[in-house]
Amino acid sequence: MTTVAVKPATMAQALTRALRDAMAADPAVHVMGEDVGTLGGVFRITDGLAKEFGEDRCTDTPLAEAGILGTAVGMAMYGLRPVVEMQFDAFAYPAFEQLVSHVSRMRNRTRGRMPLPITVRVPYGGGIGGVEHHSDSSEAYYMATPGLHVVTPATVADAYGLLRQAIASDDPVVFLEPKRLYWSKDSWNPEHPTDVEPIGRAVVRRPGSSATLITYGPSLPVCLEAAEAAQAEGWDLEVIDLRSLVPFDDETVCAAVRRTGRAVVVHESTGFGGPGGEIAARITERCFHHLEAPVLRVAGFDIPYPPPMLERHHLPGVDRILDAVARLQWEAEG
Amino acid sequence: MTVLEQRGAYRPSPPPAWQPRTDPAPLLPDAEPYRVLGTEAVAKADPDLLRRLHAQLVRGRRYNTQATALTKQGRLAVYPSSTGQEACEVAAALALEERDWLFPSYRDTLAVVARGVDPVEALTLLRGDWHSGYDPYEHRVAPLSTPLATQLPHAVGLAHAARLKGDDVVALAMVGDGGTSEGDFHEALNFAAVWQAPVVFLVQNNGFAISVPLAKQTAAPSLAHKAVGYGMPGRLVDGNDAAAVHEVLSDAVRRARAGGGPTLVEAVTYRIDAHTNADDATRYRGDAEVEAWRAHDPIELLEAELTERGLLDEAGIEAARQDAEAMAASLRERMNRDPELDPMALFDHVYAETTAQLREQRALLRAELEAEQEQHGAQEGGAR
Repeated sequence: MTTVAVKPATMAQALTRALRDAMAADPAVHVMGEDVGTLGGVFRITDGLAKEFGEDRCTDTPLAEAGILGTAVGMAMYGLRPVVEMQFDAFAYPAFEQLVSHVSRMRNRTRGRMPLPITVRVPYGGGIGGVEHHSDSSEAYYMATPGLHVVTPATVADAYGLLRQAIASDDPVVFLEPKRLYWSKDSWNPEHPTDVEPIGRAVVRRPGSSATLITYGPSLPVCLEAAEAAQAEGWDLEVIDLRSLVPFDDETVCAAVRRTGRAVVVHESTGFGGPGGEIAARITERCFHHLEAPVLRVAGFDIPYPPPMLERHHLPGVDRILDAVARLQWEAEG
Repeated sequence: MTVLEQRGAYRPSPPPAWQPRTDPAPLLPDAEPYRVLGTEAVAKADPDLLRRLHAQLVRGRRYNTQATALTKQGRLAVYPSSTGQEACEVAAALALEERDWLFPSYRDTLAVVARGVDPVEALTLLRGDWHSGYDPYEHRVAPLSTPLATQLPHAVGLAHAARLKGDDVVALAMVGDGGTSEGDFHEALNFAAVWQAPVVFLVQNNGFAISVPLAKQTAAPSLAHKAVGYGMPGRLVDGNDAAAVHEVLSDAVRRARAGGGPTLVEAVTYRIDAHTNADDATRYRGDAEVEAWRAHDPIELLEAELTERGLLDEAGIEAARQDAEAMAASLRERMNRDPELDPMALFDHVYAETTAQLREQRALLRAELEAEQEQHGAQEGGAR
């Protein structure tokens, strides 16, 4: 479904509004993390929540990610719905044991008796000139952990809608916020703010017939730009926004690839062992006879995230995507 | 001329006066572990409580020997025995009210059972038919935690949430001496103290983390000393003295319930058996050390005290033994039945709603099982 362009808003504003509305709707929702209270978060996503709902509902925690997520587990056990903020992508690593050993498994361990409705908000990805540990794309780690949902919005409407869905979910959700889109504005209908597809569904953001670009989060605008540029060269590119990496929407992706016969997966996390390999394999397994060319990946290099002055060389840009699209043609002519 | 002199204007002023937030003295543990049995303090103890502790100790010891026997018969994949530490286990359960929560580590099955959990369900993890056998909400016992110390922040979060909701619930979190080296131990204690959460941390210092002795685990004067740095009281207690552990834990629980915040209790005890049946304890400790601790056995300590004071006679001891035997017989009998396993349940509890991917994998396993069954049926038919 499409959202009506009623009001331009930034993704950051939509996220703040989603948190506020979720807290107002359900007293069990608690926001917690480093600097989320008085400061309103380093990206201001939690701005005003402590003032409006009190420090018991929007809590500045000690600086300790394992402690933040570990205590959130206990709070969820007692009926609360914690929404924890991991200040930056790489700051979440100390909390990995809690995430992998407990958050993702408690429902399974207790045969469904102890579900943990926790939302873990992780601002992720590069492109904002962050120094080391401030630009990682760690989605592959989360995807490899059964029991977690992994969600990432690319539009303002999805930022609001998916976050509300994540908080309402009875399962733990890793909610990856593309920080370089925090200040991006697009159409959003605040009259029907939750009017988006559910978690687990991919969306065709641009229809096309000659090849499908499959992407998510921060790479969506890059792919849309590439699709515009490709038009001049006679390529009518389709762009799919995955929105949810777990569960994965094989149906939408495969239907698109069967239509176009060609696919490129685009993301900024590393290619080796990255999400693109999984997606390419799924497409190959399901759509082999429809493919005119191998599924290609345009990803970040297999290097630790580079320092800010070099990150533009690492991040997949329009040219690299267009080169891949050209290779699709070459492969077809083979 | 130095740079500072050139600048001339710099006049160092003293920093603002430093005030420590809390006087550390009341937080410090006693120099010696607190004891009740064999001291004057025993006169203050409730005889009924002492008898209940005794019966539970006897039961706990029998549970340990029975479960260890079940590992030898292949009925349990592994069992970490708490023989020698039963006083800590029993006192932990008896110090709590029904509405309170227990957060056990993998060695704490006795505390779990003493809370009312079915002895067979408490062994599900160790038998290997599922990861947790009991409903955590039924007796307010969290699942046995296999990773070290990771259950401690859960206890803090739950206690904090209970207090936010206005419930006077206390969480008791158990951890071993090795677990105090983990980062989660630190983070849990720090959160608990900052939030003044109604939590009691019980460290069972049983001397070894598998094979590594306490001296290689920490340089602290005692594990109870660690409390002071977080701003909570540390208490040192003789972990083989059930009356003392119960008293110290009960005080800490009362304090937490009244809004006084968390307490760290170190119970000094000893692991008489090896780490598990898979461990060879003779590689890292001598018989003399084990024998010295056997002479400080928690059951004998309490039995001697109660007998001497005329609170327990042979008939009472015999009754406790018979109760324990009945529990062991029932445990043995029920553990000797093969557990009912449903492979299809593997997919039931991963997400609230099964994903498309898991539905496909579920169908694959279903087909495999049906093929297996058909083959089995064909073989049986052939035999007939």
